[in-house]
Amino acid sequence: MTITEPTTEGPKTEGPLELESGREALAERPLGVLTRPQGGRGWRDWLSTVDHKKIGIMYGVSAMVFFVVGGIEALLIRLQLAVPNGGVLSADVYNQVFTMHGVTMVFLFIMPLAAAFANYLIPLQIGARDVAFPRLNALSYWVWLSGAIFLNSSWIVGGGGADCGWFCYSPNSGVTFSPSHGVDFYAIGLLIAGIASLVSAINLIVTCLNMRAPGMDLFRMPVMTWMLLITQFLLLFALPVITVALFLLMFDRLFDASFFNPDAGADPLLWQHLFWIFGHPEVYIIILPAFGVVSEVIPTFSRKPIFGYTFMVFSGIAIGFMGWGVWAHHMFVSGIGPISVAAFSLSTMFIAVPTGVKVLNWLATMWGGQIRFTTAMLFAVGTVAMFTIGGLSGVTHALAPADTQQTDTYYIVAHFHYVIFGGGVLGLMGGLYYWWPKIFGYMLNERRGKINFWLMLIGFNLTFGPMHILGLQGMSRRIDTYSSGFGFEFWNMVATIGSFIIAVSVVVLFHNIWKSKREAADLPPPGPDPWDARSLEWMVPSPVPEHNFDEVPTVEGLDEWWHRKYSFDDDGRVVQIATAEEAAQDGSAKGVHLPAPSFWPLVLAVGLPLIGYGLIFNLWLCVPGGLLVGMGIFAWALEPVDDPDATHDHHDDDHGDDDDDHDDTASAPVAPGDDTASAPVAPGEQQGGE
Amino acid sequence: MTTETSAPVASDADTAAAALVAPGDSNDHGPTTGISNTKLAMWLFLGSECLLFGGLISTYLLYKTRRGPDNLAIPTDVFDIPFTSISSFVLLMSSLTMVLALAALTRGDNHGARVWLLATSMLGGVFIGGQVYEFTSFLREGVGFTNNPASSAFYALTGFHGVHVSLGIVMLMSLFVASWQGKLRQEHSETVEIVGLYWHFVDVVWIFIFTVIYLVPA
Repeated sequence: MTITEPTTEGPKTEGPLELESGREALAERPLGVLTRPQGGRGWRDWLSTVDHKKIGIMYGVSAMVFFVVGGIEALLIRLQLAVPNGGVLSADVYNQVFTMHGVTMVFLFIMPLAAAFANYLIPLQIGARDVAFPRLNALSYWVWLSGAIFLNSSWIVGGGGADCGWFCYSPNSGVTFSPSHGVDFYAIGLLIAGIASLVSAINLIVTCLNMRAPGMDLFRMPVMTWMLLITQFLLLFALPVITVALFLLMFDRLFDASFFNPDAGADPLLWQHLFWIFGHPEVYIIILPAFGVVSEVIPTFSRKPIFGYTFMVFSGIAIGFMGWGVWAHHMFVSGIGPISVAAFSLSTMFIAVPTGVKVLNWLATMWGGQIRFTTAMLFAVGTVAMFTIGGLSGVTHALAPADTQQTDTYYIVAHFHYVIFGGGVLGLMGGLYYWWPKIFGYMLNERRGKINFWLMLIGFNLTFGPMHILGLQGMSRRIDTYSSGFGFEFWNMVATIGSFIIAVSVVVLFHNIWKSKREAADLPPPGPDPWDARSLEWMVPSPVPEHNFDEVPTVEGLDEWWHRKYSFDDDGRVVQIATAEEAAQDGSAKGVHLPAPSFWPLVLAVGLPLIGYGLIFNLWLCVPGGLLVGMGIFAWALEPVDDPDATHDHHDDDHGDDDDDHDDTASAPVAPGDDTASAPVAPGEQQGGE
Repeated sequence: MTTETSAPVASDADTAAAALVAPGDSNDHGPTTGISNTKLAMWLFLGSECLLFGGLISTYLLYKTRRGPDNLAIPTDVFDIPFTSISSFVLLMSSLTMVLALAALTRGDNHGARVWLLATSMLGGVFIGGQVYEFTSFLREGVGFTNNPASSAFYALTGFHGVHVSLGIVMLMSLFVASWQGKLRQEHSETVEIVGLYWHFVDVVWIFIFTVIYLVPA
């Protein structure tokens, strides 16, 4: 609470930890009912966990579930468009399906999958035991999940999904043109998911800035961590803008306000500006984590440090800044005027520069390296290639005259799928293969992995490559069908075939996960560092023990883990000084204090969709929802530390958003002085956070 | 401090604790930046809030004179600038009392901290009361939320701010209750400081909103 100067003695890392483990928890009950759950085993543990690794896994699993949901929606779209005058879906359902496909893939698949990596990897890569606010981390996940389920529940209780396109332009989003509740679910569902992302962004930024191991300077952080950090900053500043837009949309639809309805004298361009001020940074929110993955995978499998580390980092930062100055390139045909068009056209061309720097740096990293084409490496290289194609078609959009011809055609659809699927999804897939042994303790089979990769790459190009041609031929985006005779038939059929090849590749992925798990029993365990990698997460056992590091490492340079394994001889050649097994920690530390689990994040998360349903159907429902949220916040604040030795608890995670702040006080008394109680314990062994 | 009660856990360690490492810093070796996690999180949150109010203020600026097709009344028709100026002054004064509360707690004056916390939240309450009065009188004069873009934008902007002030009052009252129970002591002054950050932010935002809505001529 009071800031005294940080203790500078550093972690006391000599010897194994010697905290008692398994002692009785000494929680007291300030309100009679509030003790912290003890975790335990099985599913209950997952409901109350605050472990960043488990939360990361839950994010990943949920994201894959919604990947399947969004994928089925995509296949429905492609089935409908496979032949002229398709009759699979009605025009109305088609609108809902393509809208929900976009919303699901962006908000419920890629973002949470990136969040999974961020949660799992950031603490490990910076040498921390957990994120800064473990309970807020759990809150982020549960709130995101409740928002995701809420959003999709509109299929059942809302009279269908949202049908206004993922960017939901006015006046299509108004009650007149979208009378079902789909858009209400869109607005409130994304508001709820936005709360989750905002809390998570604050949490992870604080983690990156404040929880680094000794010696882990900002410019020693892996590029992955850097890209994730920049992503969190983008989220931090982009989400409030979409929050405003979604609130105003909700007011328009549910409370008859006049923000976007042109008939009521409002300006539909306002929505477009608000949406894209969020929406363009969102593109980088999606792509930067994949850039991070690529920046880890390529150096590892080229056996070279990343080329131009600082350039890579500053390119990422430059993208983060410039990403705010290009949003109106989504609106070149909306009548924003020649000066705006010229300015945004220029800025859009400029943002290609830092992106190009990254592409060239990846190539230079591979240049002269001892390249191993593992599945992860194939995905990474595929990401670079596909993203470059998407980036080049993006530059064609930056030319406003060309864009006026391409806008709202399939050329746009082709472009953004090359960026988001070819860049974002392929990159994160590579991340799955790369970090899978670290997270789950067994390797994914390489042969099946390569089948997965090639199927996905070929299917992807067959699906979205032809859309360039279709778009230039004049096929409109979002039409639910087309007549024969326009020359659209062949390429649409090709795209549909391609989409099913992608589906097969995803099946191969799931099969690989399942089969490799079964085969793992007969294989030697992967060990801490199966890829001969470079960053700190590889110096702990696989799967990562609950306490992450036995002793928090002291970092002496970039690629710290690599330099613990290798050095240079007198002739400047790389020589191994230790095997991974020798240099790695064995995960044997006992009794490391971990943040106690908590059910209150889950309780809070249940309250929010109740408020959402209340706003749509019956305001009385908001009462239990609001009570749950309020109770959750106060109970959260008053929740005791389970173990008086496990200090540092009382207020750390209370400031995620404004309604949390009063918690500090209330929770302050819980463990005001436990540092003393834990005096025998070296400060270096204290559990971080919570 | 007559109402001092012992903290539920580890009370024997309290006094010694103050002399040791800052208990709030959750890293093994203190926060890398030297700013505690909680305070850093609040700063980040406030940075995010700037964009929230930025969006709402922009919306109001865009719509402030739009009467809609029915040409209904807009908020500027019925402003009572002297009244709102007074309530704005009250809100600004609450920032002063907030500072005094923090100063009192920092020097160990629990009673003073309590008084100033209460004063701050009461001043905030007066401001909210003024807003409620303003809204109802506007409604009586025919400026409803659904009139036209101008009135929708006005209520959305000032309403969002009002909600923020109200949440701030909840925090201040929580601090007050904690202090009254003897749980808010000198070593917790950073908590008050952080709530203070939020409170000052909400005040500063009001300066912008007041200027944009009431002072800049249409």
